[in-house]
Amino acid sequence: MAEMTYREALNQALREEMERDPDVFLMGEEVAEYDGAYKVSKGLLDAFGDRRVVDSPIAELGFAGLGVGAAMAGLKPVIEFMTFNFSILALDQVINHAAKIRYMSGGQIPCPIVFRGPNGAALQLSAQHSQACETYYVHAPGVKVVTPATPADAKGLLKAAIRDPDPVAFMEGELLYNMKGDVPDDDDFVIPLGVADVKQEGDDVTILTHGKTVHVALQAARKLEKDGVSAEVVDLRTIRPLDVETILASVRKTNRAVYLEEGWSFAGVGAQIVSLVQEEAFDWLDAPVVRVTQADVPMPYAKNLEQLAKPSAERVVAACNRVLYR
Amino acid sequence: MAETKTVDDETRTDGAGGLRGVDPDTALRLMREMLLYRRFEEKAEEAYAIGKIGGFCHLHIGQEAAAAGSILALDEGDYVISAYREHTQALAKGIDAGAVMAELFGRATGCSKGKGGSMHLFDYERRFMGGHGIVGAQVPLASGMGWKIRYRDEDHVVVCFMGDAAVNQGAFHEALNMSAVWNLPVIYVVENNEYGMGTAFSRVSRTEIHEKACSYGIPTSIVDGQDVLETFVAFRDLAAGVRGGGGPRFVDLRTYRFKGHSMSDPVSGTYRSKEEVEGKVKNADPIATLRDVLLEGGHLDQESLEAMDSEARTTAQEAFDFADESPFPDPSELYADVYAELGDGRMFFDGRERPEGSV
Ligand SMILES: Cc1ncc(C[n+]2csc(CCOP(=O)(O)OP(=O)(O)O)c2C)c(N)n1
Ligand SMILES: [Mg+2]
Repeated sequence: MAEMTYREALNQALREEMERDPDVFLMGEEVAEYDGAYKVSKGLLDAFGDRRVVDSPIAELGFAGLGVGAAMAGLKPVIEFMTFNFSILALDQVINHAAKIRYMSGGQIPCPIVFRGPNGAALQLSAQHSQACETYYVHAPGVKVVTPATPADAKGLLKAAIRDPDPVAFMEGELLYNMKGDVPDDDDFVIPLGVADVKQEGDDVTILTHGKTVHVALQAARKLEKDGVSAEVVDLRTIRPLDVETILASVRKTNRAVYLEEGWSFAGVGAQIVSLVQEEAFDWLDAPVVRVTQADVPMPYAKNLEQLAKPSAERVVAACNRVLYR
Repeated sequence: MAETKTVDDETRTDGAGGLRGVDPDTALRLMREMLLYRRFEEKAEEAYAIGKIGGFCHLHIGQEAAAAGSILALDEGDYVISAYREHTQALAKGIDAGAVMAELFGRATGCSKGKGGSMHLFDYERRFMGGHGIVGAQVPLASGMGWKIRYRDEDHVVVCFMGDAAVNQGAFHEALNMSAVWNLPVIYVVENNEYGMGTAFSRVSRTEIHEKACSYGIPTSIVDGQDVLETFVAFRDLAAGVRGGGGPRFVDLRTYRFKGHSMSDPVSGTYRSKEEVEGKVKNADPIATLRDVLLEGGHLDQESLEAMDSEARTTAQEAFDFADESPFPDPSELYADVYAELGDGRMFFDGRERPEGSV
């Protein structure tokens, strides 16, 4: 084990996978000479040269599409979006192309590509720069969606994503980059996609979540503990493929669940999970599943409104109390 | 093939006290405005450092002439739309300095009610159509405003600002082509400060900015954006041409950013040297350039210059105080203006109670 930041863990994963497979290359805005807007690719240009670490123009649709084409032809691109907000410009290449190529070609042409970058809100970046975009990606069959919450998960899952034969949207958290944690040293530390992680065990209520809000859930669990409530925190880690068994096992144990996510509620990830839980664990539920999400508004700039708009540990506690009828 | 115009040496050096056809009052007004922009941005920088402003904050220091020279040449009814480096353009279009600063502070009295922040300044009445945060995305919007003007047979023009990095976006090319085909009254202005964040333009394009509009048949000018008089004359003439039904124009407005990309980025680094920045600050400061012309031509003396500057500092300080004393938006504002009205059917699905007084 070594202690490192989430940023360093991602950097290591990229480095190791680029060493392992000469077909892996990294392209995006400011990834090379500037070491990445958030310094995730620090030192990679020096290590691998400008053939494999490439600064792109600001042309998301173009370089995402270039990545898709390169993947179709046999390479393993890692495309960095400076943030996922800007990936919305590139959605056509992801949804209409990356997601469908294998299928439309009758299985002849794979598209092993990773789209990665920070997703969701940071602090006071306002409406166009504070969006959780996982719903757009997870909606389309053909795309996988990964949302690591800790340094170890960041490393193990990014390595898995790069090795994966299909397109993966790998969504990081800007506010997580400086977070420290223990990461296994092993060069082959790979966390398979589709395996959830119980971040905290508990008996009374299950808080289901993914990505950065795992930490909000853990905070809520600590608050609940003071009230004598034992909450289990289940981190999906990958939204598609989804570890249905771990989710259902937890709900069957606690009989109560709350879904917490950063994005909007309508057709959000939680909507899918709630549907799944009521279809497959209805008889175990003692209360309707409740969701905690961002307020249904574009993210406001003003500090006080932004705080109101974001999901918070307090709201999670309130939601848990609601399903506990407390 | 569309023509590319540069300002020839004759115009650059003409007589009339060195003002090149700009009347002295206008020249003094340009000076006053640029001083205000500089002092305003310095105040914003200060406010950011003490946490009064959050998020991203992109200063326009060094690029004041690009804002003053272009926007002051327009009529009130003309539209301006821009990207996120737009504080001074908002001031130029007549938005009160207090309302701009309050927006940066995220206060209820801001020009976007505190909901937009530094990157999203709006004032419909003054036809300031926003601060936009997605690089290049404002370019088609500008074409749409041009479309409205032509549709209603109005006599206005749209000025659309963008950074040099925006010309590599698909939206830019699609929008320029449509404006050319439909003869829309839009002046597309690239504030060419040579860099998009840490990337020199020459690293991401084989052609120069001024060549970008040629393939769409849009006439192009190259203008020295550090020279406010040249910029003013150029935009006055361009606007007249567009107003007369001449169709879109494109301007490669050469300028330079004296500060980092945003408050969280270094001023210099691997992408540009300290010497390069210092050289520009020393030799291409738009305010110093006009100051010298005004002093040499006898249009201004040292004393009035100082009075002008202290007036600018006072306005900036007053804007700061106004913003600082202004209230944060009321919580009921959270759900206001998502939709025009809430009729039948549910609109919000977050399962929350809306704050008291909400729509
Ligand atoms: C679509 C999109 N991609 C990336 C970004 C991140 N970003 C913000 S500003 C910027 C550089 C833009 O440079 P330029 O257009 O030259 O404007 P300047 O900052 O020099 O005024 C980048 C890459 C963004 N805001 N939007
Ligand atoms: Mg630029």
